[in-house]
Amino acid sequence: MTSQPSNTASTVKNLENYVTIEHLSFDRDSRAIFTDINIAIPRGKITAIMGPSGTGKTTLLRLMGGQLQPLQGDVVVAGQKINRLSRKELFTARRQMGLMFQANALFTGMSVYDNVAFPLRVHTDFDAPMIEKLVFMKLEAVGLRGAAQLMPSELSGGMARRVALARAIALDPNLMMYDEPFTGQDPISLGVLVKLIKDLNDSLQMTSVIVTHDVHDVLTIADYVYIIGNANVMGHGTAEEMANSDIAEVKQFMQGLPDGPVPFQYPAQDYAKSLLGTD
Amino acid sequence: MLNALQRLGHNTLTTLGYLGDASAFLVRVLLRLPSRVGEALQDFVRQVYSVGVYSLPIVIVSGVFIGLVVGLQGEHTLSQFGASSALGQLVALSVVRELGPVVTGLLFAGRACSALTAEIGLMKATEQLSSMEMMGVDPLGRIVAPRFWAGLFSMPLLVIIFDAFAIWGGYLISVKVLGIDGGTFWNNMQAGVNFHTDVLNGIYKAIVFGVVATWVAVYQGYACVPTAEGISRATTRTVVYASLAVLGLDFILTALMMGGW
Repeated sequence: MTSQPSNTASTVKNLENYVTIEHLSFDRDSRAIFTDINIAIPRGKITAIMGPSGTGKTTLLRLMGGQLQPLQGDVVVAGQKINRLSRKELFTARRQMGLMFQANALFTGMSVYDNVAFPLRVHTDFDAPMIEKLVFMKLEAVGLRGAAQLMPSELSGGMARRVALARAIALDPNLMMYDEPFTGQDPISLGVLVKLIKDLNDSLQMTSVIVTHDVHDVLTIADYVYIIGNANVMGHGTAEEMANSDIAEVKQFMQGLPDGPVPFQYPAQDYAKSLLGTD
Repeated sequence: MLNALQRLGHNTLTTLGYLGDASAFLVRVLLRLPSRVGEALQDFVRQVYSVGVYSLPIVIVSGVFIGLVVGLQGEHTLSQFGASSALGQLVALSVVRELGPVVTGLLFAGRACSALTAEIGLMKATEQLSSMEMMGVDPLGRIVAPRFWAGLFSMPLLVIIFDAFAIWGGYLISVKVLGIDGGTFWNNMQAGVNFHTDVLNGIYKAIVFGVVATWVAVYQGYACVPTAEGISRATTRTVVYASLAVLGLDFILTALMMGGW
């Protein structure tokens, strides 16, 4: 059943959640990005966080990763209040998280192999042969074992995205976050990515959070969906519930309607007055 | 009048805040101790290669030309007093006391520091620093600290190399072109240059310039606005601030050294 935003907190309590966002508010340059939002990410499931561009989806991931501090409220990951951890504790907690960046964020001075090996070398005491085995396992999982010696500049957009995914799962994180994983991908790469995300989530028993505005592709694999906008959660539920939602904002987003409660135009003075140059 | 005072106060506070932020950044970098010494050493050597070895061509070529020019100018002036034999001393003192550290400092700011700022800024813009943070790796320890220590280590070595080539340039013009006796050139240089007050003081200057110029570079890169324009501005600021710092500090250090420090 589709839930209204006000019911979110009660939903949170009913699920076994890996991530819980409680009464979170966040401002940027005096502009409210989130106002008292509650989100629960169920353990072992794929949760999609969707919403129009500029609504703070990436910001939400950064709040989950502790890269940003909320104005108020808490981000609880695996029982730890991420926003209240010391720097050292935060860095330790992040070893259980993987984030695939929208821009891939591969280390441009390192080969594909070294990119994937980087977190293993830093956080484990494995010897070189063991690291090699693990790196090739991860690269095999994303279909790029043969590209191990290439440099990031030699990769296509789809390949770079898969290398970023291999690197993000190098330490077998419990929580995997994807920031706009489908943007700019050709249909084949996109299909591969969708399948990879689903397969990895199931085989590694991770909790996955996908931030995207790509409605159709993510709904095929998402177990639960949140739609955010206007600094709030506009609706949440299963993919089917969201697709059939009668909440005006959710309906507008899911069906890609230009007119509705979510404005297309950035706030500005009256267009006619602006053209005529009158106040 | 009130507006001017307000502006002055605002600018002063902004500058102090900026300096405070940069100082706190430096302290954080200095306190980052490597958890794995072997890897940290590898990173350090890689950065010495990037910061120091890549700067060698410009430092060597500049050193030779500075030596040639100082030799020519010196001979022109000294010959008016019949003191051309003191040319070796003049070249060596000019180079090891002032020209070596200052010109190398300026070249270092333009060649190595600008590259450091651009590299760190680009890493920030392409979210490489963020991704490192998300992997539980501190970019200050992994990216900034090796570059800072490499800059600090490379600068005195570059100054020594600059000094050697500048003196060689001075020797070429004085002895091979202007016909001054080679023995006189070297003998006067040896007699007139004090290792402690001349050579070591030049090295001390180089260490200070290395610290300040590299600090400016890594801070500007780390704090830059992560856009093409932001990186461009940060790189420009690095060259301007580092060069001015080298020149300003040179005056202060020279005054201190002349005062018997």
